[in-house]
Amino acid sequence: MTLMKSLMGAAAAVALTAGAALAEPALIFDLGGKFDKSFNEAAHNGAQRWANETGGKYREIELQSEAQREQALRRFAEAGANPIITMGFAMADPLSTVAPDYPDTKFVVVDVTWLDAPNLRQVGFAEHEGSYLVGMMAAMASESGTVGFIGGMDVPLIRHFGCGYAQGAKAVNPDVNVIANMTGTTPAAWNDPVKGSELTKAQISQGADVIYAAAGGTGVGVLQTAADEGILSIGVDSNQNHLHPGKVLTSMLKRVDVAVYEAMKAGDGVETGVFVMGLADDGVGVAMDENNKELVSVRMSDAVDEARKGIINGDINVVSYYENDSCPALQF
Amino acid sequence: MEKMPKWADVILIPLISLLLAAILSALVILAIGENPIDAVKLMVTGALGSTYGWGYTLYYATNFMFTGLAVAVAFHARLFNIGGEGQAMLGGLGVAIICLSVPWPHWSIALLAACAASALFGAAWAAIPAYLQAKRGSHIVITTIMFNFIAAAFLNYMLVNIMKPAGSQDPATARFPEATHLPSFQSMFSTADNVVFRGAPANISFFVAVLACFVVWALIWRTRLGYEIRAYGHSETGAVYAGISPVRITIIAMLISGGLAGMMAINNVMGEAERLVLNPTEGAGFIGIAVALMGRSHPFGVFLAALLFGFLYQGGAELALWTQIPRELIVVIQALVILFTGALDNMVRMPLEKLFLGMRKRAE
Repeated sequence: MTLMKSLMGAAAAVALTAGAALAEPALIFDLGGKFDKSFNEAAHNGAQRWANETGGKYREIELQSEAQREQALRRFAEAGANPIITMGFAMADPLSTVAPDYPDTKFVVVDVTWLDAPNLRQVGFAEHEGSYLVGMMAAMASESGTVGFIGGMDVPLIRHFGCGYAQGAKAVNPDVNVIANMTGTTPAAWNDPVKGSELTKAQISQGADVIYAAAGGTGVGVLQTAADEGILSIGVDSNQNHLHPGKVLTSMLKRVDVAVYEAMKAGDGVETGVFVMGLADDGVGVAMDENNKELVSVRMSDAVDEARKGIINGDINVVSYYENDSCPALQF
Repeated sequence: MEKMPKWADVILIPLISLLLAAILSALVILAIGENPIDAVKLMVTGALGSTYGWGYTLYYATNFMFTGLAVAVAFHARLFNIGGEGQAMLGGLGVAIICLSVPWPHWSIALLAACAASALFGAAWAAIPAYLQAKRGSHIVITTIMFNFIAAAFLNYMLVNIMKPAGSQDPATARFPEATHLPSFQSMFSTADNVVFRGAPANISFFVAVLACFVVWALIWRTRLGYEIRAYGHSETGAVYAGISPVRITIIAMLISGGLAGMMAINNVMGEAERLVLNPTEGAGFIGIAVALMGRSHPFGVFLAALLFGFLYQGGAELALWTQIPRELIVVIQALVILFTGALDNMVRMPLEKLFLGMRKRAE
């Protein structure tokens, strides 16, 4: 009897807190899940940072199916969550139908910049610019004249990364040979370190001695194998230099965590519109710390600094893969 | 002599298996510090407590009915088709091509054409493994599962390089034109002052799936072809002795199976997404195996099992939305149900059979 009572009490408490949840931000992770060591995890880190600093609470869901995209958006909006932060280009289509139905709710989407809605904050990143810089470093660090790129799933976004990388490498050494491989064609490609390791070995056998991984959790395998085989690797999204100190040349930073943190901090007053974060506002960049200090020569860091300035003031034009669905420096 | 009455075989065993799975799931939920009774309540109200919840439950159930029937038909010929995933992807490609390339005047005509196209593409994808099994003896399990990966790669290539609208960053086709949009339950059952199924993806293809259940039942138990398929499934040598061609039955059963799996696309691609995205099937092809196992390869059983899995999917989504129960645990719950109803069938069956035999002896 007492057990029953306490259970009923717990049920009532849950029901009460569910009703009282107002104006909390909500975060919708993409299918990769929040611990993907990459894109979604960066969002999770940003949200955790906000929660730790402010003591605030937020709702979250890791999507499991395509049909849940619109469902999660609507359920959070109807429960009064504000703002609702969503991750990834696949949210563009559901947002374009859901956002107009809830004009008083602010929606934030990362990796989408092409929608038109007054209550939507769209945050994009100039990944090709950051990849250009790490491409330069790869070509300068390479002794064999061959550098590698390992992508996750073969989608335009990852080609966009690879395209910037190849352009950067060719800007330093026009004769450099860039090998590009994609891990797979299913979402499993984002979380397949074993396949990443195999691809790394295959690229090493083709002569690559610096390999850039833009593959989510798969990249962990790339970095590990590169370190084991004594070549250099380049991390992505968050700073992965510390994973193998002295073996990771650098990491291409994409500050998804900052985008999520700032949106949560602004709360329901978050500014709407399209925001592309590039080199100028440190939305993307290269990671320099004590772990890769000895790998980066003065000549290298000078060249990167110069190129960074050149890209910001427009002297260097890094072609985006999206412009005409093709890359001038790399064939996929 | 039957070991136990039919009702026990059809109803009692699945129910006990479900109960065992539920108890074990409750223990797991308890172990991570959540309240299992709240969780069950949330799942039931979320999936069945409103027309909205039903709208999602029936949407998932529609997918599982098609893939479950696909596996069931192949089972009757003792073929294990685990390529439903790939066949459904190709069905989606067929639907997308049909919807985007022809200016359809009305959704009803588009639906008929999409049914035909999705079944054709799904069947074509099943035809190669079927031929290899029938003529070359390559095992159907190996070939169909390999064809799932080929289908994923093929779909990826088509979307990223050919069907994606120029300049779009999302690897998906353009939206299908307005005229091909299927009526959803919301537009079918809502009145002016009472909106039901609001925003839910269930649509008219649910009725196509129910119709498919009837057709498969009639095919398997009321036609000569169905008799041949069952005869071949029970004994190949017996079937050959009776003049039934194994090659013909293998290929026909796999074509029907692939066609049914492909037809899932009218629900998820045409009815819900209204465009073709990467990975449109999301494992429904594999859930179909569990659905067919649990439904004892009978269309009515498949119907019920599909509803159950629809409930688990939608209830699981509600759990993920409103509790801290991680989504991996929801997969664990679904896996327990599959484990108990499919793989551990004999664990419940054997003691029950003993029990019934004992009761019968005592009665004698």
